[in-house]
Amino acid sequence: MNIHEFQAKQLFSQFDIPVPRGKEVKNPVAAEKWAAKLNAPVYVVKAQIHAGGRGKAGGVKLTKNRDEVPGLMKEMLGKKLVTHQTGPKGRKVRRVLIEEGAGIAKELYLSLLVDRDSGRPVFIASTEGGMEIEEVAAHTPEKVLQEAIDPAVGFQGHNGRNLAFSLGLPALEPSIVNPFIALLGNLYRLFMEKNASLVEINPLVITTDKRLIALDGKVSFDDNALFKHADVQAFRDLNEEEPLEIEAAKNNLNYVKLDGNIGCMVNGAGLAMATMDVIKLAGSEPANFLDVGGGATKETVAAGFRILLKDRNVKGIFINIFGGIVRCERIAHGVIDAAKEVAIKLPVVVRLQGTNAEEGRKLLQESGLKVEVATDLWEAAQKIVAVTGKKRKKAEAAA
Amino acid sequence: MSILVDKSTRVVVQGITGKEGSFHATQCKAYGTQVVAGVTPGKAGQDVEGIPVFNTVHDAVKKTSCDTSLIFVPPPFAADAILEAADAGIRLVICITEGIPVNDMVKVKRALAGRDVRLIGPNCPGIITADECKIGIMPGFIHKKGRIGVISRSGTLTYEAVNQLTNLGLGETTCIGIGGDPIIGTGYIDLLGMFEKDPEPEAVVMIGEIGGDAEDRAAAFIKEHVRKPVIGFIAGITAPPGRRMGHAGAIITGGKGTASEKMAILEAAGVRVVKNPAEIGKTVQEALSPRGGV
Repeated sequence: MNIHEFQAKQLFSQFDIPVPRGKEVKNPVAAEKWAAKLNAPVYVVKAQIHAGGRGKAGGVKLTKNRDEVPGLMKEMLGKKLVTHQTGPKGRKVRRVLIEEGAGIAKELYLSLLVDRDSGRPVFIASTEGGMEIEEVAAHTPEKVLQEAIDPAVGFQGHNGRNLAFSLGLPALEPSIVNPFIALLGNLYRLFMEKNASLVEINPLVITTDKRLIALDGKVSFDDNALFKHADVQAFRDLNEEEPLEIEAAKNNLNYVKLDGNIGCMVNGAGLAMATMDVIKLAGSEPANFLDVGGGATKETVAAGFRILLKDRNVKGIFINIFGGIVRCERIAHGVIDAAKEVAIKLPVVVRLQGTNAEEGRKLLQESGLKVEVATDLWEAAQKIVAVTGKKRKKAEAAA
Repeated sequence: MSILVDKSTRVVVQGITGKEGSFHATQCKAYGTQVVAGVTPGKAGQDVEGIPVFNTVHDAVKKTSCDTSLIFVPPPFAADAILEAADAGIRLVICITEGIPVNDMVKVKRALAGRDVRLIGPNCPGIITADECKIGIMPGFIHKKGRIGVISRSGTLTYEAVNQLTNLGLGETTCIGIGGDPIIGTGYIDLLGMFEKDPEPEAVVMIGEIGGDAEDRAAAFIKEHVRKPVIGFIAGITAPPGRRMGHAGAIITGGKGTASEKMAILEAAGVRVVKNPAEIGKTVQEALSPRGGV
């Protein structure tokens, strides 16, 4: 789960990580009041969306004139921001953060995530703050430093010193070495206590008055651990999520919307991805990823159908079930019931394999439904692509 | 021969009185696996289809000499269950549970480091040695004793591959699901090494997916140490960056871990990369045919 910058900064404050004075304001009147209270030399108005690259897209505005703050905010609310992370459709700005500006002497980069290979939390730091760390890593890999933390003992002083000295902080500003090490410890505490999967501060700035401040903040959380943290769950902003994905989650389905025309319903994540891939190989594009789970039932199949049919791009449905513990004849019953209930008019290809597959196929063939039945994966993919036509992605078609 | 598990493996099922645990313990037993014990705290003295239940893994080990554990404990308690098995002297722990917090696994992995215990999973279908023993949730009947070793990050996609191998008469030796989470106990490399040493498998099928760099590291190992043919498939060529595709570990981050990148790295290491998942079996057959060794 992702959260907004202003929420990340609230969390930072709770863990004694210094941030600029700022808060989310709901309307221009509140913005005016808050700006007066801030009484800062520079004001920053920042669009809050779950995507990076806001600055270049006009989502961050600075002004020295307090009277301009409400106007800037008004301009930003409701605006569509198109960044490299939002896709061409862009993302509507619904929330705005207003904070004091900082005099920047130096921008650093700092993040913390789990390294899969070693299984340890690793700090990533660089003196090249304010840029995309992937860019820095690609062009000047020697400027990207790492420090792994032993989870048995947690963050230690030497971890902090290793980074501080390798970054050359004493030469930059000796007085911030100790605050920097303390900040690392606090960040580690936040990461572990709140089950974050990524914490990123870019930039972490040394101000002209020699303070260390998290000027931006990005925090992602481990979905598997959300049950432990009601406070983190409260940060969830459904406006930043795809409505069909929210509905799928309510039905315990794993759904990711894509841009193609063939709706897929599959049991198991790996097979679901492979099914999407095979659709592409057959000459079309998948409309979604949908995993109904290893233990698919009649109910999950019906729920899956409803979600697929709500996507207007879907021109045909491909159901691919490998019956293991799941018995195919049950899935067949689910398909038949769902098809009657929602009156499916689109072409459907069902491929059943594994436990009781033959029985399931027979049920479907005798159901009177307009359902194509298949045994082999490639055969099934070719069938659905044949009946829906070799459709291109919408974006390509428009180009 | 086989790797990790065979007819003599003695299994304890942790979480045996739950819905999943009891169902699969019974299924494993029916396949021929020696399921000698189950554990559910507070339910000692009961039995599940004739399998005695104990309060702790310690008790189960003492009374039944079980050496391998199969875990169905719910996510909030699964990390504890893995550590309990290790503490009781279990040598092989297979954790099926999906949804364990990553930070829990970070601690588990650290706690198991350097100890004489191997963890498979979590979030995996388990292990099966065809026609000998099944320790997991895979459908046993699609497997047939044969010539191919299988390693996979996925569940049902593995069944798909196994089914193709069986239908072509190739059959399998041991099939291992290593799990779809970012932090797993055993990765490709250890298992590739075991399959290389084991005289039985003639080729290895390796099924990966987007996210992380486990396949990249496996490729380097294959190039140096594996002489047997390796056939690889990577799921997720159509997956968009930054989106989690079901498995917690299946996500392209910072432009890294894409399927096409992994396929290229595997190919460069001499792996026969299959683009079409419907052709995994066929590609193995070609690799093993006398003229296929090109």
